[in-house]
Formats: sequence, C-alpha cells, structure tokens
Amino acid sequence: MGKKLRRTMLYIPGNNPGMIQNAATFGADSVLLDLEDSVSLNRKIDARTLVCQMLKFVRFGTLEVTVRINALNTEFYMDDFNAIIPCRPDAIRLPKAERKADILEAEAIIAKLEKEHGLPEGKIELHAMIETALGIENAFEIATATPRLTAITIGGQDLTADMGVVKTEAGEEISYARRRIVMAAKAAKIDALDTIYAEVDNEAGLIQETKMIKEMGFDGKAIIHPRQIEPIHRVYTPTDLEIVKAKQIVQAYLEAQKEGLGVFAIDGKMIDAPVVSRAHRILDYAGITIGGDE
Amino acid sequence: MKLVRTAQSGSLESSDILVVVNPAEPGTGRQIDLKSVVLNEYGDSIRADIDAVLNQYQVTDVHIDANDRGALSPTIKARLEASLIKASEGGPVYG
Repeated sequence: MGKKLRRTMLYIPGNNPGMIQNAATFGADSVLLDLEDSVSLNRKIDARTLVCQMLKFVRFGTLEVTVRINALNTEFYMDDFNAIIPCRPDAIRLPKAERKADILEAEAIIAKLEKEHGLPEGKIELHAMIETALGIENAFEIATATPRLTAITIGGQDLTADMGVVKTEAGEEISYARRRIVMAAKAAKIDALDTIYAEVDNEAGLIQETKMIKEMGFDGKAIIHPRQIEPIHRVYTPTDLEIVKAKQIVQAYLEAQKEGLGVFAIDGKMIDAPVVSRAHRILDYAGITIGGDE
Repeated sequence: MKLVRTAQSGSLESSDILVVVNPAEPGTGRQIDLKSVVLNEYGDSIRADIDAVLNQYQVTDVHIDANDRGALSPTIKARLEASLIKASEGGPVYG
C-alpha cells in the first residue's frame, strides 16, 4: 500500500540549528521540530524564526517534517501558526488537545492561512497530542474532528501529571489511556502514536516498551534521541517468515483480483480483505512494494 | 522597523551564530562587526544574508555584532530576524 511509516518520530529542539540541519541524516521516519516544551519562554521567537527558515531552505528529502507548536491555551500559538504554515511543514502537532473544538479551531486557522498564502488546501496534516484525562475521554471525537487529522498521540509525561500519578517503567498507570488512544485512532482510520521513552541509556527497556505498544496497535512512538531509532525499527521489522507469507498473500490477492475473486485460499486457508490489509502493512514495515502501488 | 533596545539571538555553539542588534542614531547607517570561523571563505555570503534581512525589515541604521560558528544561511537569517523582532518597538522585553 506504501502507507507512510511513523515508527519513530524524533523530537528536535526548535532552537538547535545543528540538529535541524542534520535531521535527515539520523534515520528516523519522521522528525518533530519542537517549539513547545524544549524551548524556554524567552527563546520562543528564536525557535520560531529558525524552524521557519530551515523549512524554507533545508532539503529534508522524503523525511516527514512535523512542527510541534505551542498549545492553544498559550500566548504563542497564533504566532506559531502564522509563521510556520507559510513555510509548509508536512504536519502540525497540536499539544494538549482536549476537545473536538480544539481541533476545529486549529483546522480553521490552518485552512485560512493555506488560502491566504496560496497553498494547496488540506495538504498540511494535523496531529493531535492528547495528554490530559479530559483529552483521553474525548479521544474519538478528537480523532474524527477533521479529515486533516492523520494521527493522534499520547503524551505520557503531562498525562500522568494531570492524573496526579507517577509515570512508571511498566506504565500501568497509562495503560487504559494507551488502549483508548489506539482504539480511537483505529476507529477513525488514522495513526496511533505512543509517548516517549525517557531513559535514553536503557535500550532493553525501550525494546520491551516498543514490543508492548506494537502489540497494542500503535504505529510508532516519539523519541528523544537518535540512539532510540534503530532498536524501535528492529522491533517493527517483520520476521523473514512474516515477509514470505505476506508476499504470498499479496501476490495471490493480485491474481485473484484479475480473476474477479473477492475471497481466495492459500494452502486451504481462506484469505479475505483484513488478511490482505495486514499483509500489506507487514510489507510496508519491510520496505517492500508489490504490484506497482508506488 | 524601529529599533528601541539591544537584543540578541543565537549562540556560540557549532553551526550557530550569535547576533546582537543595537539601535543606532538616524543617519549613521549599518555597521556590521562580523567574526567568523570561515570569514575568508564565506564572509561576503554572510554579509549578504545580513543585508537581505535588514532590507526586508527596512532597517537602515543599526549596529550589529555577529559571531559566526559555521552557521548555514537560514540560521544566519533566522538569528538576525529574531534579534530584530526582539529589538523592535512592540517586541517582547525579554531575551
């Protein structure tokens, strides 16, 4: 299918030119140029102008470039929108999204700026960061607020603070929230993205958490260091056997399509649309395209 | 743009540039004191970037101290742009 991969979304502080100019070299599926938490209050202007100039002049290739702006309840968000949208990021990550109304407000601002600057309508995607108890409870209405919204993500640090609990290694305290995010995203047919794993030096812990969130249904997670890219990609990479089976299914599906068959069998086992869809996803993760989809 | 206070942006980290903008008396023109680790190779290019931003913001009288550590063109422009915004009338007083 050639669906966009978001296994790793690397946060880069918006005021760090050295890291931004090298963003495409780290190997993450996506980068998050951050204007929010990693930028101090007296450096908001500096980060905003830097990210804007970098978006205009640096060639990021096929790397997805998302900008995390400041939340709608701050004094900075409108200046962020006004500066960043004309510089054409692939997506905007909206932090602290709590209600459908938040998404509709962001949608209206982006649409207005796209029009004012002569940009293609609806091209800049929106990702909602859900990091309060209220936001979790409203996950589905957020996820379905606008077609522009292509991913929702859980913010574990702020969520646990809002819940008045400590974020633990096992993550039991946000287990319900994670599942709620995944189900809302799947129901809305958009991506579900997980929170960061803060212990940069603990690769074993990162792998364990990635296996868990992959099994839950997350499409990937935000990361805070390039070192975290390879272990996560390894977890998401299918096994040889999975790839062989997926290829077999997709090829048989293409043959069946030619013959006008909706359902077919491989080795006596019925194959239908959900199985084919899963096979396509496995091939996406393996970087394999069959049937000229690209 | 009218400049009313001294303001800075950037840093002395590698790939960055520290730009300090100081208001100047009308009629004194643009004074740009540039230091760079690549002054011989890229001095003219850096000055051209600075002039381009000053033209864009219509700044005629200013004293700029710029200490470059190998910044790319977008970084130079962004740092000057941010320091001008912060130095301007109506700009934020921090920073």
